[in-house]
Amino acid sequence: MEPLDIDLDEGELELPADPMHLNMGPSHPAMHGTVRIVLELSGETIVKADVQVGYLHRGFEKMCERGTWAQVFPYVDRLNYVSPMLNNVGYALAVEKLCGIAVPERCQWYRMALGELARISDHLTCNGAMAMELGAFTPFLWFVKAREMVWDILEEETGARLTHSFGRIGGMANPPTADFKAMCGMAVGKILGLVEEGEKMLLKNRIFIDRLQNVGPISGAEAVSLGWTGPCLRSTGIAYDIRKAHPYLKYDEVDFDVPVGTRGDTLDRFLCRLGEIRQSKRIIEQCIERMPDEGPINSDDPRVVLPGKTDVYTTIEGTIQHFKLIMEGAKVPAGEVYSYTEGGNGELGYYLVSDGSGTPYRVRIRPPCFQITGGLHRLIEGRMLADIVPTFGALNMIGGECDH
Amino acid sequence: MGDVNRTLALDASEQGYATTRVDALLGWARKYSLFAYPFVTACCGMEFMALTSPRFDLARFGAEAPRFSPRQSDLLWVVGTISQRQAPVLKRIYEQMMAPKYVLAFGTCASSGGFYDNYTTVAGIDKIIPTDVYIPGCPPRPEAVMDGLMLLQDRIARNERRPGIVKPRFDPVQAASGLVQLRRSAKDPSEVLPAIQQEEAKTKALREGGS
Amino acid sequence: MSQLVLDKLKARFGAAILATHSDFGDDTALVEPAQWKAISTFLREDPDLDFDLPVDLCGVDYPSRGAAGRTEVVMHLYSIGKKHRIRLKARVGDEDMDGAELESVTSIWPGMNWLERETWDMSGVRFVGHPDLRRILMYPEFEGHALQKTYPADRIQPLVPYRTEEEAGVPLEKQAPFGPDEGMAFGRTANNISRAEVD
Repeated sequence: MEPLDIDLDEGELELPADPMHLNMGPSHPAMHGTVRIVLELSGETIVKADVQVGYLHRGFEKMCERGTWAQVFPYVDRLNYVSPMLNNVGYALAVEKLCGIAVPERCQWYRMALGELARISDHLTCNGAMAMELGAFTPFLWFVKAREMVWDILEEETGARLTHSFGRIGGMANPPTADFKAMCGMAVGKILGLVEEGEKMLLKNRIFIDRLQNVGPISGAEAVSLGWTGPCLRSTGIAYDIRKAHPYLKYDEVDFDVPVGTRGDTLDRFLCRLGEIRQSKRIIEQCIERMPDEGPINSDDPRVVLPGKTDVYTTIEGTIQHFKLIMEGAKVPAGEVYSYTEGGNGELGYYLVSDGSGTPYRVRIRPPCFQITGGLHRLIEGRMLADIVPTFGALNMIGGECDH
Repeated sequence: MGDVNRTLALDASEQGYATTRVDALLGWARKYSLFAYPFVTACCGMEFMALTSPRFDLARFGAEAPRFSPRQSDLLWVVGTISQRQAPVLKRIYEQMMAPKYVLAFGTCASSGGFYDNYTTVAGIDKIIPTDVYIPGCPPRPEAVMDGLMLLQDRIARNERRPGIVKPRFDPVQAASGLVQLRRSAKDPSEVLPAIQQEEAKTKALREGGS
Repeated sequence: MSQLVLDKLKARFGAAILATHSDFGDDTALVEPAQWKAISTFLREDPDLDFDLPVDLCGVDYPSRGAAGRTEVVMHLYSIGKKHRIRLKARVGDEDMDGAELESVTSIWPGMNWLERETWDMSGVRFVGHPDLRRILMYPEFEGHALQKTYPADRIQPLVPYRTEEEAGVPLEKQAPFGPDEGMAFGRTANNISRAEVD
């Protein structure tokens, strides 16, 4: 037999001169089912990448124009389905800004506590799923176990595991349950324990670190010009967090830090999210300490808030008010407003246009991960094919939000 | 069909052999070795993750092994909304799967399009590919999904391709036995009605006795 | 918040700033479409303004406005260093969306690339000078622009033919929970139209 390492004259070999085209997704385990990347490869190096989104476009903005302002909440849940509560709160704040309503203090603390729980669940899912895509299955199981604890609390509070539809214009659907504080206090410690276990397992793993470190780096200025926000921007060292820069709810009264990275690579994004889980824990602890046990949860503005059940059943005013709010919807004053909150992935903005009727004229969401995904090709061009998986995983692309 | 198909797949005897029919044996074997292709697109994917995780543990049903190649899988989980743009992809993946193949519509969007009644959403995957089991819920609870999976396994064992839908049962807390009773029968509904009525009466008695 | 941005804009561009307001604390300027790119460049490069973060871009359709500029293109910008925001609006296009064009600002903020594609896809506003103006959320075969008020919300354009009931052997039609005149009519007060109103 011929030896395998015979010297070949490279001039005689017919190697293809053209770059190879490779289609990745949309149904690919690492592409979250909704993104397609058309790659131009030279060997294993990516020469050009065309990222295509829109496989989960569900017409959110068009559907909002067909119901009342309150009927938008269920759609909002399904945008960023990893942290629906943050979307609920963001949308409620936007409509309240347009109506000029302030919610009671108890509600603000409650919204913050629930929102931070949702943020923990978001970051756990992102980091866990990314680890799983790299082959580290056990940390994923632990992170999902921790996520179940968050979901247990949210289920107890809202009645649904995932899509809560719990926000209301001018408040929340229900006041906190009697056990809310006790449950939160108990769960956050346990969650952090699980996170630490998983973290130890990952961050002492040479293979894991090597696959993340210096992969997909981006400079701060470039990330800003691409419109990045949230943990992905903060990993580059720019500490832009809306909770600090433009505090809403009670974020100016709580004590927390903003974790930032230095290099803007995939490892920094991973670590930023882990850091934020710890900060969320701190915020939740302060919220449950300072949230009053008594007091109203909803604003008393009759334009948007449903009357109490007794009023509806016993007084004619209550009945009419209830009927008008349900059948015609809350009349939101005409105008336009842009309201922004810190979502799981960054600046979650709502641009609302009202014509003064009970139906939104235009609801525009500014999904943070749309622009983040828009910058993906910059991270992977020139890198190896296998680097796509961790890079894409750490961007936390959420299909529902990215594709509207 | 009915009763013949519902005989036990294996009927072991003390002499060291078992008698069965070939199709029943095949159905029994297929039932517990489902290789899944998770076609995960949307929100339901979060529940799908929860389903594979320790608390709900899909592995107990022999259906946890994901195969991301349609040629190696025989159960297609359609998890989430299918948009018009996604539809050709789904159809192609279904066509690439080898027979016998089963399709499970996970969630309301996959079953009927849900509340996305608009220009971009396919109103149910059955408009595109045949579907075996529909699981309603937005997203369905993991318990409902397990119920749907067991319903599918039941259908596979009986070699029946009539589409099935997961329906609510008695609340297990209130049911007299304290357990969820699976009530799947190819019989005429009127035959099982007395049993259901008996169950209801029991529950009622329990509730009245407790109060 | 700060009147500074609007004042600077007015001083620099004068008549090209058609209207301004600061409702709800959001500084807003309605500008001449022809000056869209010049104003954007100024906002990015002036050291006092320094709008470096492209926040959002979208189109809002007002069919009733007719020739006066049917679609309003709305851009939101933010400055990380100066911590201020601005909303820039321009009205383009007539009743049939003829002349709905703006100059692309992708060269100023690369992040506007996808947003401009989206605005073209959904609202039908062309961006002149965009490097790659394709549809982004819808597929290339899709006709029309979904977020225009004249596009019926439930008009589908399937890419694969639907199965017929004979093929399937089971009923496929979705049963609506309520008839058009009963229950909670979800579509009663709609700010867009449905297929039934057009066909």
